[in-house]
Amino acid sequence: MPEPTEPITDTVATPEACFGKDAVTAALADHAAVQGLASFITDAKWDRGELTLTLAPESIVEAMKAAQAAGYNFFEDVTAVDWYPAAPRFQLSYSLLSHRLKQRIRVVARLDEGQTIASITSVWPAANFYEREVFDLFGVPFAGHPGLTRIMMPTDWKGHPLRKDYPVEGYR
Amino acid sequence: MPTVLPPLQEQDAEDMIAPGVEDVVRESTSHHHPRGSDPISDQTMVLNMGPQHPSTHGVLRLVLEIDGETIISLAPDIGYLHTGIEKTCEAKFYAQVTPMTDRIDYLCPMTNNTAYALAVEKLLQLEVPERAQWLRVLFNELTRIQSHLVWLGSHAMDIGALTVFLYCFREREDLMRIFESVSGQRMMTSYVRIGGVALEPPLDLFDKIRAFLKSFPSKIAEYEGLLNNNPIWMERLKGVGYLSPENAIALGVTGPSLRGSGVDFDVRRDMPYSGYEKFEFKVPTLTSGDVWARYLVRMDEMRESVKICLQALDGMPEGRIVADAPKIILPDREQMKTQMESLIHHFKIVTEGFQVPAGEVTSSVEAPHGMMNYYVVSDGTAKPYRVHMRNPDFATLQSLETMCKGQLIADVVAVIGSIDIVLGAIDR
Repeated sequence: MPEPTEPITDTVATPEACFGKDAVTAALADHAAVQGLASFITDAKWDRGELTLTLAPESIVEAMKAAQAAGYNFFEDVTAVDWYPAAPRFQLSYSLLSHRLKQRIRVVARLDEGQTIASITSVWPAANFYEREVFDLFGVPFAGHPGLTRIMMPTDWKGHPLRKDYPVEGYR
Repeated sequence: MPTVLPPLQEQDAEDMIAPGVEDVVRESTSHHHPRGSDPISDQTMVLNMGPQHPSTHGVLRLVLEIDGETIISLAPDIGYLHTGIEKTCEAKFYAQVTPMTDRIDYLCPMTNNTAYALAVEKLLQLEVPERAQWLRVLFNELTRIQSHLVWLGSHAMDIGALTVFLYCFREREDLMRIFESVSGQRMMTSYVRIGGVALEPPLDLFDKIRAFLKSFPSKIAEYEGLLNNNPIWMERLKGVGYLSPENAIALGVTGPSLRGSGVDFDVRRDMPYSGYEKFEFKVPTLTSGDVWARYLVRMDEMRESVKICLQALDGMPEGRIVADAPKIILPDREQMKTQMESLIHHFKIVTEGFQVPAGEVTSSVEAPHGMMNYYVVSDGTAKPYRVHMRNPDFATLQSLETMCKGQLIADVVAVIGSIDIVLGAIDR
């Protein structure tokens, strides 16, 4: 299924960097992701040539479907950043790619500790291992995941190593 | 661990001699029809393959549910090599992370180095001189050849063709010597650094690389002469482990495995980095989606890599090999000994590192195994706040069950070889 290759449509008037939902939607009005995810965006960032769209964690599955419809056909990965002790603590970064547009976007959802987010394995089965990894190393639960178990650490491991309050040397 | 069968009862024993109507019905409506084997019972067996299995290319454990020889389901169990590299990165200065990236996917250290360097350079908004970019391209492609040689040798050995392994490692040894003479290390090169590359290559190195590239295409023909028309090789590879393009995309497969399924995407061509847009090369793509297609794609990729290397050697620009950023890049050794300012910079960089503006970036490169992304988050200090590697192997492993379902146990070995995984990269 080789998709037709189109020339890279680069918006000439793209600014160096802009922050905030209104600024980004105004500056990148032609961007496929900005258009496709317009109803979900709560915050946005265009920085170092990369687009980051923040949205509410409740809307993640719907937003992923919308991104898929907008041409972002390939799920690259999801990982988390622990901003402890700030709140909300976890930042989930989903990385999506469009083979046709040759563009990458980052979709961000922020969660508090103990808060659950819906699994997107129904949209992209590729998210399976990545969500297990985030669950294992950060302790973020994904609702509706087909088999949410530890993937890297032993099953009886205590704690989540990539959290910032987990010592680098471990507990000894 | 085989499922424990209930003790044989008299009635069962009778049934075995003269099967009743129920048994006939059950056999004819069985969901699993093992190819060429009799369904002895409707119970399946669970078999552990690995973690110490030679064909799993590391410590991969597969839990197979089998009916006779046929795979019903397959679950990879990983994490045996988990060393917490992502966590360790958070405790190191930016420059100290480079040697750790070598150890993730130890078959393509230069590619890992490049991906990490690109990410940090994007955070720093650092311009890398052209010569350094071309050196990166040159060594990335040599690394691709090296990685594909290890893949071909071990893949063929899994299938039973032992000779190919020796020939592949003969050529790999030439490449190892090249890497050693440029970086001082055979495997863990750490040659590509933030802002450029570590060292100016020795004077005779380009001639050595040219000599290797001159003879290498004939070596590829030699491997193909051993394999392409070999009936056992064809029988074991053709039509085995089919992966449709839809499934490949849905399961996050990248690289040669994706292109073997007919999806024409290559980061080098479609989202160029490090000056790849200046090089001319083809992206081999096949549509049959089986182990055979993935084999042919990689063989063609080696030929294309030779072309890219030759272009890089022919057009190698002169000039600096590191960016002009004295507060980020270690000064020249001689300058450090003679100039006060360089000495101060050297001292500051080594003891305090350098501060990187806050932000988050993703860099993406085409590694030998597929698309490799580095996601680096900075909080403005001298140590990365978060480093995450998206290794192609991790996602590709998810597609293993789809490819192996309904096939024989022996085919699992062929399929694992064809997706070319490195467990160090999966477990990190």
